[in-house]
Amino acid sequence: MHWFDDWALTLAVFIPLVGLAAVLFIPRAHEQAIKTTALVASLATLAVGVGILADFNYSQGGKLQFIVDKSWIPLIKARYHMGVDGISLPLLILSMLMVVLCIIYSWNHFPEPHNPKAFLALILLLAVGMNGTFVAQDLILFFVFFEIVLLPMFFMIGVWGGPNRQYAAIKFFLFTLFGSALMLVSFLAIFFLSKHQTFQMPQLAQFGGSGIASGTQALVFGGLFLGFAIKVPMFPFHTWLPDAHTEAPTVGSVLLAAILLKLGAYGFIRIALPILPAAARAWAPWIGLLAVIAIIYGALCCLAQRDMKRLIAFSSVSHMGFVMLGIATLTSFGINAAVFGMVAHGLITGLLFFVAGSVQERYKTREMNRLGGLLTQAPKLGWILGFTVMASLGLPGLAGFWGEFPAILSAYNPAKLTQGLFNGDQLLTFRVYLVVAAIGTVLAAGYLLWMLQRVAFGAVKAEFENVHIHDVHVSEWIAWVPLLLLIVALGIYPNLIFHITHGAVSNVSKVFGG
Amino acid sequence: MLENAWIIPTLPAVAFVAIVFFGKRSPGKGAFVGIAAVGASFVASCVAAGQWIQRVDNATGKSEGLAAFTKGVVSAGGAHAVQPVTESITWWQNGSIKFGVGTFVDGLTVMMVVVVTLISLLVQIYSTAYMRGDRRYTWYFAALSLFTASMLTLVVASNTIQLLVGWELVGVCSFMLIGHWWEEPANSRAAIKAFLTTRTGDIGLMIGIIILFFTVGSFGIGATNLYATSGHAQHAFLLAAAVCLLVAIIGKSGQFPLHTWLPDAMAGPTPVSALIHAATMVVAGVFLGARLYPVFFNGFSIGHGGVNAMALVGGVTIIIGAALAFVQTDIKKVLAYSTISQLGYMVMALGVGAWSAAVFHLFTHAFFKALLFLGAGSVSHAAGHSFDMREMGGLRKKMPITFWTFVIGSLALAGIFPLAGFWSKDEILVNAGKNGYTAFLVVGLIGAFLTAAYMTRVVYLTFFGEYRGHEHPHESERAITIPLVILGALSVGAGLVNAAPLGLEKIKDWVQPQVAFPHLNNAAFDYPKAILSVSIALAAIVIAGYYWLRRDELRAFRGLTERNALARSGYQFLVNKYYLDYLYEDIIVDGIRGAVARASYWVNQHVIDGVVNGLGSGSTRIARYTYDVIDQRVVDGAANGIALETDRAGAEVRGFQSGHVQRYALVLFGGVGLLSLALFLINIH
Amino acid sequence: MQLNEFLILAAFLFCTGAYGVLARRNGVLVLMSIELMLNAVNINLVAFSAFTKNVSGQIFALFIITIAAAEVGVGLAIVLLIYRNLHSPDLDEVDQLKG
Repeated sequence: MHWFDDWALTLAVFIPLVGLAAVLFIPRAHEQAIKTTALVASLATLAVGVGILADFNYSQGGKLQFIVDKSWIPLIKARYHMGVDGISLPLLILSMLMVVLCIIYSWNHFPEPHNPKAFLALILLLAVGMNGTFVAQDLILFFVFFEIVLLPMFFMIGVWGGPNRQYAAIKFFLFTLFGSALMLVSFLAIFFLSKHQTFQMPQLAQFGGSGIASGTQALVFGGLFLGFAIKVPMFPFHTWLPDAHTEAPTVGSVLLAAILLKLGAYGFIRIALPILPAAARAWAPWIGLLAVIAIIYGALCCLAQRDMKRLIAFSSVSHMGFVMLGIATLTSFGINAAVFGMVAHGLITGLLFFVAGSVQERYKTREMNRLGGLLTQAPKLGWILGFTVMASLGLPGLAGFWGEFPAILSAYNPAKLTQGLFNGDQLLTFRVYLVVAAIGTVLAAGYLLWMLQRVAFGAVKAEFENVHIHDVHVSEWIAWVPLLLLIVALGIYPNLIFHITHGAVSNVSKVFGG
Repeated sequence: MLENAWIIPTLPAVAFVAIVFFGKRSPGKGAFVGIAAVGASFVASCVAAGQWIQRVDNATGKSEGLAAFTKGVVSAGGAHAVQPVTESITWWQNGSIKFGVGTFVDGLTVMMVVVVTLISLLVQIYSTAYMRGDRRYTWYFAALSLFTASMLTLVVASNTIQLLVGWELVGVCSFMLIGHWWEEPANSRAAIKAFLTTRTGDIGLMIGIIILFFTVGSFGIGATNLYATSGHAQHAFLLAAAVCLLVAIIGKSGQFPLHTWLPDAMAGPTPVSALIHAATMVVAGVFLGARLYPVFFNGFSIGHGGVNAMALVGGVTIIIGAALAFVQTDIKKVLAYSTISQLGYMVMALGVGAWSAAVFHLFTHAFFKALLFLGAGSVSHAAGHSFDMREMGGLRKKMPITFWTFVIGSLALAGIFPLAGFWSKDEILVNAGKNGYTAFLVVGLIGAFLTAAYMTRVVYLTFFGEYRGHEHPHESERAITIPLVILGALSVGAGLVNAAPLGLEKIKDWVQPQVAFPHLNNAAFDYPKAILSVSIALAAIVIAGYYWLRRDELRAFRGLTERNALARSGYQFLVNKYYLDYLYEDIIVDGIRGAVARASYWVNQHVIDGVVNGLGSGSTRIARYTYDVIDQRVVDGAANGIALETDRAGAEVRGFQSGHVQRYALVLFGGVGLLSLALFLINIH
Repeated sequence: MQLNEFLILAAFLFCTGAYGVLARRNGVLVLMSIELMLNAVNINLVAFSAFTKNVSGQIFALFIITIAAAEVGVGLAIVLLIYRNLHSPDLDEVDQLKG
């Protein structure tokens, strides 16, 4: 299997690209062939992922594995450098899995204006960017993959989206592009300020920002922060998200929630914290503050929603707040929780968006005032919604809990920071965050159960009484069952993720003494 | 079985999965699977209990009898103390620290698993008849199985995280079951209210667990108790943790002021109410208090006497709950308020240092409260699915089994000798008096009086007088009456487990932990106090019965005198009957029924419930404001504003590009001219 | 002869040309004005070449003459096309490049 070690990541990233090329060569009329090709390409990618899972050395989870390191653009010292460790692996697999499920889900569900060829090509292109971001170990390579993602998502929202799609697509594109521009500036600054002038993440992490003045570090971190925070999205940079989610087609929403939001948080863990630890210490209380504001604020906004999809979008803001709170503590508890939270949120919110999409497809509306009695008309769909809601509100025994609870836990005892709020008392600062975040869990239960009550419980509204509502389709079952199983499995036995991540997370947190 | 206690919660959990997937096709439409699993679980629990008792008895036999562990239990693992049996496997990890999931089995655990599985078994058998023909019959049994499994997970938990998992799962199961008939908006509202109220309390549990983890350095229940009793514990942290955990208990066990969800939770099917009130859900709070008792004991300094939050909460709840029970017309709501009040006894007992009394009361209360709920269900099942006591009456003759078992349950609840409730309630009162909490002794006695009075009212309205409904009531079938009879027998006999005057103190011997546990002085049985409390309860029954009888039928003066004669024989309080008539009818009963109860109910509905509702609607309003003004206008406005400004600047500059070549040339020449001028000026020196 | 005279002549010619380019509206006249400016430069180049005894100036002048011829060819073609499309040689009407 020696060749596999060398080629696995290249395959993981570029098989979707090959699939994309193949799809482009098939004439538009041969829909079946196009769908099959796309599915085969995504399945092949997932197979590579399974191979990586099987071959990964879990006792060395903290070390980069499957490393490829080739010269790429010598002029700027950028290298084709990829590798996975315990932090990347769960997210990489999640990304591969979600792409397969999205293709299966859209099998007979292509939104208007149809055109499966273009739609699937965009999904495959997204896969290239997402997989690449999680394995890149070179800042320039990372940036390239990070940006590749924007394009297909822009078109997906702009072409297949809802009535207000153009506004949403442009807002999404501009907002994130603005962030990445500053992020690139920071990358360049890191390159020039570092001793060896390198873009290689492992080297930069080892080097840990030594020799860079703390003021400069804080500024450079600011650039990274904006780039990643917009992607997460953190309060107050989140306004693109509800619009993008509301307008995007179902599959777009799913990928956006499940994977794209993770790119930002992953960037914090992979790049911002290890490369600029001193700045991270200085910024942490503020990141934590924004995180808890997001938790409460997102939840409050959810309570005011009438549109189901928009509610779920705001719930993402709230949930990613927990992830960011975990990261802001700079402890291994917090970062482990953040990685777990990302995977759990990907599975759960992905499923929520799938279900919301299916509800919309059947009732042609997402207005919760008009819906009701889903459990009567489509009991299975209703139960899946109920299950997912329970998972999303952080019910122990399901995956959501393990992202939330350790994150709250970690806030009790953050790593040593430069300063805190409240007269500089960092312990007090974070313990206040802890209580606020815990209150957030109650609000989460409130808005999610309220949604469930309006959509699933009660009697069917008069306007839909005589409409035939098909219960879950076969393609929906195939797409959802893996998610349902994973949510339960991770909830019952969370070590499935924690035993992969803990080594790599310790590498990040040991700099901070955690 | 002590080492393999994981089997006990696993069986119903497996049954849940099996029923969900194969229930509709299995015999009994899933009911048999559920009953078989919980039955097997019950057998396993009994085996575990037997093994534990054997172990304790062996250890005691080798030491010098009882004395060895009544004095020397503070230190970890005194000479012959029986250690809890713990088993665990890795569940999750952080860095190289591994956190386990597993079982922690000691006397409290085995007692709880026996109670939970037994009640759950009886409730499931009962449900086969009660729920027959229900829309979601199969799902109902699946949810019951999951409910039982969650509670058992909580009970056997070896660490606080696992406890939290079980705790929340119990909450969600009760959500599903309270909202079982979700077609009615009122039911789903009640379910959500229950879930959200308890989850508010769960904030306390979560934070308490976190504080304990960082103080103790472990999630383990054994380790936590050991730390709390070690003597070098940091008191401030213990106090903080105890306060947080008390909030959790208040939420879960329906204590004042978070008790409002419990009466609403009656929206669920009656067997579910029995399960919630007797064995699962609300009992979880008291169990938490008992399980982590050293934290409370040392956190609140219970050993030093003086008022503490825990005892106070319990005491207030006893009165509040009992007073409210008087103004209810719904039989299930009376029982719900009674549960609140009884849980108040347990919490108060924990708060005054009467651990074994609290656990004992939990034990006996499980049987008679389950009995009362199932009895109420039987009545409504037979009498047209109504719980309104105004439509009942005179059912004594028509359903004798239900009547007699219900009376036994009521008497047990009222604390009448020698039924189960007497022994446990009496132990609480005696201990409260002995540990220097005289005020709480008085509260307990008042509670006992109220309990007996309102239960008399229920029994009278339901079973005596003329039938006021429009159905044809009949005795229920066997699947319903057999559980009633079993529970009735237990309500009579369960108290003997810890009947101190007979030399039986098994709760103290078998259940009370012998390691990592504070040194408690259990009070000896006190005859005057016992007689006092029984007298008070009997007086309440007689007075209330008399009142209801007379109020109902003024024509029956002959009956009235008979009653009075009966009363006179037992109670010297009733010697002067006119005086007492006046006192009880116009001052006490009317006062309690009228002013006090209404005021409590008013406070309950308007102030407490109002705050809950107000918080709900207020946060919606804040949310709407936040969304409309801050998010849409300020935050989003800022984002749109930047784009707009860029656009406007572009429009300004656009005019410059006229398209006229000559104008461009003019600019060009002008520029060259200016540049030349600049060059000239620079070079002038 | 002094260099100055040539330079003054060239400056005069250049200014005339520049005025024509900026002020005339007829495309043909603008073209001719451009020619004037080019030739003013030529004069300068030749004059400086003679003055500094360096032949490269004259070579440049020859280049400019050649290029000017080509430029006039293209320019006239453009003007012709403008006339054909707009029925007027007036350059003010040509503002399709407006932003």
